[in-house]
Amino acid sequence: MGLVMAIIRRKRAPVALPGLGLSLGITLAWLSLIALIPLAALVIRAGGLGWQGWLDAVSGERVWLSLRLSFGASLIAALLDTFAGLLIAWVLCRYKVPGHAFWDVLVDLPFALPTAVAGIALTALWVPDGWLGRLIEPFGGKVAFAWPGVVVALTFIGLPFVVRTLQPVLQSAEKELEEAAESLGASPAQVAWRVVLPSLRPALLTGFALAFARAVGEYGSVIFICGNIPMQTEITPLLIVSRLEQYDYAGATALATIMLALSAVILALLQALHAGRRTALR
Amino acid sequence: MVRIVLTFLAMAWLALMVLAPVAIVLVEALGAGLGAWWAAVSDEETRTSVALSLQIAALVVPLNAIFGVAAAWALARFRFPGRALLLALLDLPLSVSPVVAGLVFVLLFGAQGWFGVWLQEHDVQIIFAVPGIVLATAFVTLPMVARELLPLLESQGDDAELAALTLGASGWQVFWRVSFPRMRGALAYGVLLCLARALGEFGAVSVVSGHIRGQTDTLPLHVEILHNEYHFQAAFAAASLLLLVGVATLLLRRLHTPETGD
Repeated sequence: MGLVMAIIRRKRAPVALPGLGLSLGITLAWLSLIALIPLAALVIRAGGLGWQGWLDAVSGERVWLSLRLSFGASLIAALLDTFAGLLIAWVLCRYKVPGHAFWDVLVDLPFALPTAVAGIALTALWVPDGWLGRLIEPFGGKVAFAWPGVVVALTFIGLPFVVRTLQPVLQSAEKELEEAAESLGASPAQVAWRVVLPSLRPALLTGFALAFARAVGEYGSVIFICGNIPMQTEITPLLIVSRLEQYDYAGATALATIMLALSAVILALLQALHAGRRTALR
Repeated sequence: MVRIVLTFLAMAWLALMVLAPVAIVLVEALGAGLGAWWAAVSDEETRTSVALSLQIAALVVPLNAIFGVAAAWALARFRFPGRALLLALLDLPLSVSPVVAGLVFVLLFGAQGWFGVWLQEHDVQIIFAVPGIVLATAFVTLPMVARELLPLLESQGDDAELAALTLGASGWQVFWRVSFPRMRGALAYGVLLCLARALGEFGAVSVVSGHIRGQTDTLPLHVEILHNEYHFQAAFAAASLLLLVGVATLLLRRLHTPETGD
């Protein structure tokens, strides 16, 4: 076997693997049927509204407030995730932590927990008489049924994106560089700021973008904790659903195109950032 | 000192933000005793919703597994024009909002959808019925198996397959005897991820389901119904089943040592 492989490698044998037609055919057929054609239908439908119709459907105070909440809360959540994720990835990669495997599994939990479960659990935690809501109530803090609740839910679901993007980079980072800096007299803070952080910047950016992308479209974990008050705690995906429930297909479609365009832009940015290298995100 | 402070902060964040939600599900579900938990879980409507979720997963997961193997084979083993685009499109279903994933099927098959009138004339119901839920679930779990297989196949290279071919094996022989055994672990793990997501999907399914009790409420939707009706203990009991699926997936991931070493 080894010999055959060596010969193949050397001679660049003219054999080609079979199955391109079949595998590509199945891939394109199923992808088109389930995802591409339905998404194209959305775009065509939105095109049918005409420029003015589309503009009418996405203007108005309720839409504006929902977009502001969705983007604002996602931005705050992704930033919180970036800081917390950096801290957690650093501690898990570099320090000996008691119960290391336990904490490591815990990081992935938001990936594995269905959003509806996360939603009711976070709500129960942060209502005024919940475990955590009770702690902030005396200070006038309100999380559940207010905009901070949206941030809490979005922060929860975004955390693993940052940690899982940073971990492989931190693990493969050359410790020699840090040691060299230390031996040249750099303080730990200088090492962290000047040596470690610059090497993490692309991964931090990727993690942030992934967490943000996930947060903007999120629905299940938010709708329980936000209280769904129109103009106050209504995220854009929720507004799409409520328009659908009123059979306002045009209004829902127009809003959906904004969400879809955003996903496409973030995907393109991530692809550019990685220049074809695939990330191990889940 | 810095070490201790950082470690404490990291653990505190994980404990408050991730561990606490899990703990409260268990406390609320089991707080009234195992008997109450069992009563809620074995309730007629909860059982129906579990059965529906399992049926849908049983339909969707095999299809997406076949798709995953085909996509990974085509994308990892061949270079063709449009390959980069296809790679990008493969990720699209995971980055689109679940609400949009549900909406697109309403636009196609709903009462005012493109095929709405035709479907009504032929008495076929897709939206607010099981077929719609199947489509929406297939959409959101589409690339999950492919994404597990693709990095593995790429890192393995095609030397072994080419060797088998030069030794006279047919295409299918190469696949079943050489390629398949080497991707079995990753395939099983991808199927597991796909299954867990199919059972737990909420947003997309919620848009197409219509929430008809006993007919189109899957387990996650049933959790919502119970919660909205203030049956909190029952809602958390049903949620504990989904939590169990999630935790099992995470623990099996620990056992599954990734062949790519990622």
